[in-house]
Amino acid sequence: MQRGLDSETKKQLEEEEKKIISEEHWYLDLPELKEKESFIIEEQSFLLCEDLLYGRMSFRGFNPEVEKLMLQMNAKNKAEEVEEETVELDVSDEEMARRYETLVGTIGKKFAKKRDRANYEEDENGDIKPVKTKKMFLKPQD
Amino acid sequence: MAEAAAVVAESLAGYRARAARAVLEQVVLPGEELLLPGQEDGEGPGSAGERPLRLNAGARSGGRVVCGPGLRRCGDRLLVTKCGRLRHKEPGSGNGGGVYWVDSQQKRYVPVKGDHVIGIVTAKSGDIFKVDVGGSEPASLSYLSFEGATKRNRPNVQVGDLIYGQFVVANKDMEPEMVCIDSCGRANGMGVIGQDGLLFKVTLGLIRRLLAPDCEILQEVGKLYPLEIVFGMNGRIWVKAKTIQQTLILANILEACEHMTADQRKQIFSRLAES
Repeated sequence: MQRGLDSETKKQLEEEEKKIISEEHWYLDLPELKEKESFIIEEQSFLLCEDLLYGRMSFRGFNPEVEKLMLQMNAKNKAEEVEEETVELDVSDEEMARRYETLVGTIGKKFAKKRDRANYEEDENGDIKPVKTKKMFLKPQD
Repeated sequence: MAEAAAVVAESLAGYRARAARAVLEQVVLPGEELLLPGQEDGEGPGSAGERPLRLNAGARSGGRVVCGPGLRRCGDRLLVTKCGRLRHKEPGSGNGGGVYWVDSQQKRYVPVKGDHVIGIVTAKSGDIFKVDVGGSEPASLSYLSFEGATKRNRPNVQVGDLIYGQFVVANKDMEPEMVCIDSCGRANGMGVIGQDGLLFKVTLGLIRRLLAPDCEILQEVGKLYPLEIVFGMNGRIWVKAKTIQQTLILANILEACEHMTADQRKQIFSRLAES
């Protein structure tokens, strides 16, 4: 006695089920309308039409922040970023390097063991001197 | 002007669509149909009635054409809905067929997505501010749409404050919504406009003229004295100068610029510069 269904009958049953399901789906029985490819786009905004400047303006230094904004926004509109003017730095490169040099010393001091802290001596100016080379055990030459 | 009127009358009487290219910078009236380049073949004065339009791709020149404010799409033609001068802009990067629009004059503002406007806060209800922008409905502004605003750190906005923001939702089916940050989350000058100053209303066309890249009026105004101006696309201008008198002079100049010719303007500016 064969229990269960054959693989073939199974397939047939599945197909029949699918058929029933797809027939139940609704569809419009209309002739296919030709889609007109429209190449006209409707826009209600004036931004596309005219290149308008940024709305906030300040003249003769009345509001310096707004003047900075004016340069920024109008430059963006005109895509003048290609020029790429040098960015004004708040801190110069040299000062940054100097600070970083001392910073490494101070942070390193935090994690150094007590014995190593003796190596971090301070200069007259208060700058951390570079770490001295550790004195290793020298094997006596025989 | 009489010539243009005669041509328009003739065209309307004959119900013939004109080529958009032929009508650039001329006055068009609502109801006119305009043909785009690529559809005007054979549409000479001799042809009677309408010719069937060719829809094949070969007749089209370039890609997509954008029809801007004052125009609507009507089949394959442009239908004029506002009276004014027809303008055209060539596409900058080469794709698309350019933009056509009608330069009309009106005082009533209709909210449009992406526009920067000046609004007046009229009510504060829960988490939203109701801002009057001059349209048919007050726009809603959420308190989180300010730079650096969180649920705990609320922005300091009171009823009666002036707000410079842009629309994110603005169509005829929904209430307009505005925000004071851009898509990156930065304010970019939007937000509450400061103390003092004067807010007044002008026509929308004047705002667009003043904001044009080569506006002489603003260049001359900027030479008078230190001042600050904010333009809202809804016809509102906010000005501020050091004294009340200077502010009032500025407001009067900008309002009068609508109807002055270039010579009259130069006269007034020279008189002001003297005093």
